[in-house]
Amino acid sequence: MLEPAIAVRNLSKCYQLGAISRHTLVDEVRYWWHKARGRDPREHFGKIGHSATEARKVEAEKDGAQEFWALKDVSFDVQPGEVVGLIGRNGAGKSTLLKILSRITEPTEGEALINGRVGSLLEVGTGFHPELTGRENIYMNGTILGMKKAEIDAKYDRIVEFSELAKFIDTPVKRYSSGMYVRLAFAVAAHLEPEILVIDEVLAVGDAQFQRRCLGKMEEVSQAGRTVLFVSHNMPAILRLCSKAVLLDAGRLVKMGTAEDVVSHYLTTMAEAQESRVWSADAAPGTSQLRLVGVSVTKSDGTPAAVFNVTEEVSVRLRYCVAEANLGFRCLVAFCTQGTVAFAGVEPQETVRERPGVYSSVVTIPANLLSENEYSLNVSLFASRGVKMHFVKAKDVLSFQVADPLTGGSARGDYVEGYAGVVRPLLTWQTDTKPSE
Amino acid sequence: MHRTHIRANQPWWRINWREIVEYRDLLWMLTVRDLTAVYKQTILGPLWFIIQPLSTTLVFTVIFGQVARISTDGIPKIVFYMSGTVLWNYFAGCMTQGASSLTVNTNVLSKVYFPRLIIPLSGVLSNLAHFTLNLVMLLGFYLYFLIFTASSMAPRWELVLFPLLVLQCAAIGLGVGLWVAALTTKYRDLRFALTFLTQLGMYATPIVWPASQVARPAMRILLWSNPLSFVVECARWMLAGTGTVTPLAAMVSVSVTLILLVSGLLVFNRVQRTFVDTI
Repeated sequence: MLEPAIAVRNLSKCYQLGAISRHTLVDEVRYWWHKARGRDPREHFGKIGHSATEARKVEAEKDGAQEFWALKDVSFDVQPGEVVGLIGRNGAGKSTLLKILSRITEPTEGEALINGRVGSLLEVGTGFHPELTGRENIYMNGTILGMKKAEIDAKYDRIVEFSELAKFIDTPVKRYSSGMYVRLAFAVAAHLEPEILVIDEVLAVGDAQFQRRCLGKMEEVSQAGRTVLFVSHNMPAILRLCSKAVLLDAGRLVKMGTAEDVVSHYLTTMAEAQESRVWSADAAPGTSQLRLVGVSVTKSDGTPAAVFNVTEEVSVRLRYCVAEANLGFRCLVAFCTQGTVAFAGVEPQETVRERPGVYSSVVTIPANLLSENEYSLNVSLFASRGVKMHFVKAKDVLSFQVADPLTGGSARGDYVEGYAGVVRPLLTWQTDTKPSE
Repeated sequence: MHRTHIRANQPWWRINWREIVEYRDLLWMLTVRDLTAVYKQTILGPLWFIIQPLSTTLVFTVIFGQVARISTDGIPKIVFYMSGTVLWNYFAGCMTQGASSLTVNTNVLSKVYFPRLIIPLSGVLSNLAHFTLNLVMLLGFYLYFLIFTASSMAPRWELVLFPLLVLQCAAIGLGVGLWVAALTTKYRDLRFALTFLTQLGMYATPIVWPASQVARPAMRILLWSNPLSFVVECARWMLAGTGTVTPLAAMVSVSVTLILLVSGLLVFNRVQRTFVDTI
């Protein structure tokens, strides 16, 4: 049995809300003086009309309610070579956990054992000095991140090449554009080659192209067998890069398992994505003649899901209640991603329902058509004989994720880097291996 | 394999010296950064570190030497004031850099880990470079007065131990700086007080007056309990052979220095572990 690369045991972090309150040394001395004389310090703070917050904090201290547990009793193991995604809502404790593992602060309780050299990237460009040149900053930033000078000497040319800033390398970075600055910073970070890499939302900075390069580099790192702990809100990135994921909520570990399971759990329980949605009679979108009562996304066997593999079929089931006899209409489902309608599906023919009641329609998207994205659904039910008549027009009724866990059989083949497009159909390629003629 | 054990409530007296050795390249880079970044876009560059003590010396010579006519124990005025100023500046440089090490670098320190002690240590080194520059200037004036004028200066053979005095000066600066750094993470008052306390401290140390002017026994105890008094007085004694340093003063001064340094290291070490939570 291999020793885990990171073993976290009952890690907790408590922030003392009151400790920051007595800002000045004078306050502190006065406070302790009153305590030492056996008086209630609040009496004094109250008497001199101290600020309301100060009084409240003293009050909270008396109640013992001035603690805030950013992390509580978190335990998990990361095996060498695993790429683990850390997910959760804002304030779930992800950053606190990374800060403890990168030793920026200490836990209040518990311990963590790390086997291997840790490189942590909680920010790009840490320690850049505006007055120094690009070259000087490569060395400065590199050593701050834990590299040896000799190591940077050896990698210097590759770093400059990666940054594409060879021409400006002897210019002070204060004259760089923000794009150049980030490029240089990332070039240094990308060449940090620790055994364990801890990364926080680094991908949130920079433009789309830069983010693609970051993801590409991350993939390279994860394929090189390095252990990575990766915090992100980008679920497709987590699904693509990570084999496992840890879900935190309110400082506690909620779920750990395969990335697909954990992301799916997160999306269905905490985030916007839902595998199905049902409306109550009075809230259902529509008119008195026709209302949408439920929408669900399912796998081909009918089980609802919020996360799909690109190689799977995705079915959308609409349920609607017809209140008027002999109503003719058709369904439309639009699939939206990246702020645009990727494509829409319109029922080819209008159907007339003779009797009132609840009916359903299912539309199936073939496997290998969707790309790695979050898709949200817009649903319309309308009649288009003569005048177009909308009964139901609902936006963003549901959303689901599509991921490519690189298990093969997808349009990617063995290509692992950024793949543009709102859809990604599996296409046929024919390429000559010999010169023609 | 590199192993890191992170746990709650590490013993407060444990300082990881091996780690500091591992990060020696960073120590060097920070020292070089301190030295080079300051001179960018200046015409005179490092000359500023000559101009500053030189003009201070001239002002002291005029005000305290010519106007106030304070004794200099028979040492040429320029050498007397310059030796004091140069040593005081080294102390003040080490202290200020140490004192601001945590608060000024919060951005970096809350994003990446490296032994935080590296920052005050790099301050000691970069100030040593400035000090060396100043020392060369002092040596020039000293040799001029020694050789070309009829001064009563008689160098002592103990002058070869001068580097030890420099070491002590750095240790005092570092010790005080570490204390202030640790306290300022919680109490910002000290930041405001520091500038004028440094100024007052200079007048409480025999920089512009010789220790021989202090006659009352009670005041002499107070004088030698300031470890810098010994450093400055001993330096002058080595250079000119005058002064009132005694072995007892040396012992008191060295003990106070050690207490300051060790306690400073421990307090700083305790505070740096979680200071990002409170800053």
